[in-house]
Amino acid sequence: MLRHILPIARYTLLEALRNRLLWLALILVVAGLAFTQFLERVAITESNQIQAALLAALVRVGAVFMLASFVVTSMVREFNDKVMELLISRPLRRSSYFLGKLAGYAAVALVLALIFSLPLALFATVPRVALWGLSLACELLIVTAFALFCVLSLTQVMSALAAVAGFYLLSRSISALQIMAANPLPDDPGAGPQLVNFIIDAIALLLPDLDRMTQTGWLIYSAPPAAELVRLLAQTAVYVLLLCGAALFDLQRKNF
Amino acid sequence: MRDERPISHVSAPVLALLALGLALQIGLRATAPEPQAKAQDLSRPPAASLLRLASLGEPIALAKILMLWLQAFDYQSGSKMPYRELDYASLEAWLARILELDHQGQYPLLAASRLYAEVPDETRQRSMLDFVYRQYLRDPDRRWPWLAHAALLAKHRLRDMDLALKYAAALQKFTTVKDLPAWAMTMEIFIREDMNELETARVMIGGLLASGRIADRAELNFLDKRLREIEERLKRSPPEKD
Repeated sequence: MLRHILPIARYTLLEALRNRLLWLALILVVAGLAFTQFLERVAITESNQIQAALLAALVRVGAVFMLASFVVTSMVREFNDKVMELLISRPLRRSSYFLGKLAGYAAVALVLALIFSLPLALFATVPRVALWGLSLACELLIVTAFALFCVLSLTQVMSALAAVAGFYLLSRSISALQIMAANPLPDDPGAGPQLVNFIIDAIALLLPDLDRMTQTGWLIYSAPPAAELVRLLAQTAVYVLLLCGAALFDLQRKNF
Repeated sequence: MRDERPISHVSAPVLALLALGLALQIGLRATAPEPQAKAQDLSRPPAASLLRLASLGEPIALAKILMLWLQAFDYQSGSKMPYRELDYASLEAWLARILELDHQGQYPLLAASRLYAEVPDETRQRSMLDFVYRQYLRDPDRRWPWLAHAALLAKHRLRDMDLALKYAAALQKFTTVKDLPAWAMTMEIFIREDMNELETARVMIGGLLASGRIADRAELNFLDKRLREIEERLKRSPPEKD
């Protein structure tokens, strides 16, 4: 099986290089650094922390956007060029094709996480940057798997990208929504608040807790405890596993 | 409808993977600690200009969502006690920022006067009432209901008649809306009466009746009766000290 997965992963990685994705990542890093240099000149105090926090926030969102766009557009191009149909007409399992693509995109995600973490070492200690970068890699792996699942199911650029954006925003804000829903006004006697609370809790069960990942505070205040890191790695493994199951389920039912 | 194969075409390992992934995900999330907004997590707000930048041109929407977020801090169902744990300086700063983003919004002042000012902690109550007073002075015609409530809290909860009088007097002096209800307009008079400043109360009722600001017949009769009662009390009691 590996002899099928690895070549597919390799040409996916090659596609990312030829699409100048890494150049785009470097441009974003340079632009972010220029922006933080500007901030350093206007900040009265905590300039290092301001630079680290804003650069981290910028590259985190930038990485997610770039990766999701790349996965979706690359897969849609394969659909349109009938590359996928050509490949699965060969003696190749659909799961091998999927895992090959996932491995290729995951490699791109890891490279992006590395590129976007390195400049933060200018403003924070290396161990903290490493932990932050590890968390970013985990977050990008989840986004990669979700984008791949969406594009295999929806097969359209717009709908797949919208689904990824909605998933990402909801995952980042679900804890805040849970807190709001869990604290209704005390003089609201109806069943409505409980129902809303139940629905939001049910949605939260199906989402990864991205809001606890890749926190800027880890760079500028204190590193996360070991338990938090273990939880983060477990969440990534479990969610990628779930998305693999869902994507393969959909792929095996698809008629070409 | 998509052209799909039946579920029986899906291999058993994939179904098992999906079921296992789903079960693990639900298990992982179900065992995670519930997200809670703790009082100590409420830090100072960023500058208003930064919040405006973050709002991407939608300051009112951001103000609304920030207010709901702020309210979630230690608001346990059925109990307002934990508000005492909040850092009221940060709380005030957040409320002020939200008002800066949406100066026509009433929610921050409602929360200040009806939630945060009703904690059983006099220092915090006073700081929140003072916040309401300062914000009222910035837009009296829109924010008078919250100062009226603050005056009532000062009178009945804090039993600080001087503070209640200060708020009631401001209400009378700075609010210029035509539809200000009579109870708000006469609040200062009745507080003065309670403080035994009968002569001042008498003069104020006379002035109010003469001004024509009260048009309702029943209100006029009520004030007229009250005026006569005060005059009776004045005849019986010794003159006020200046």
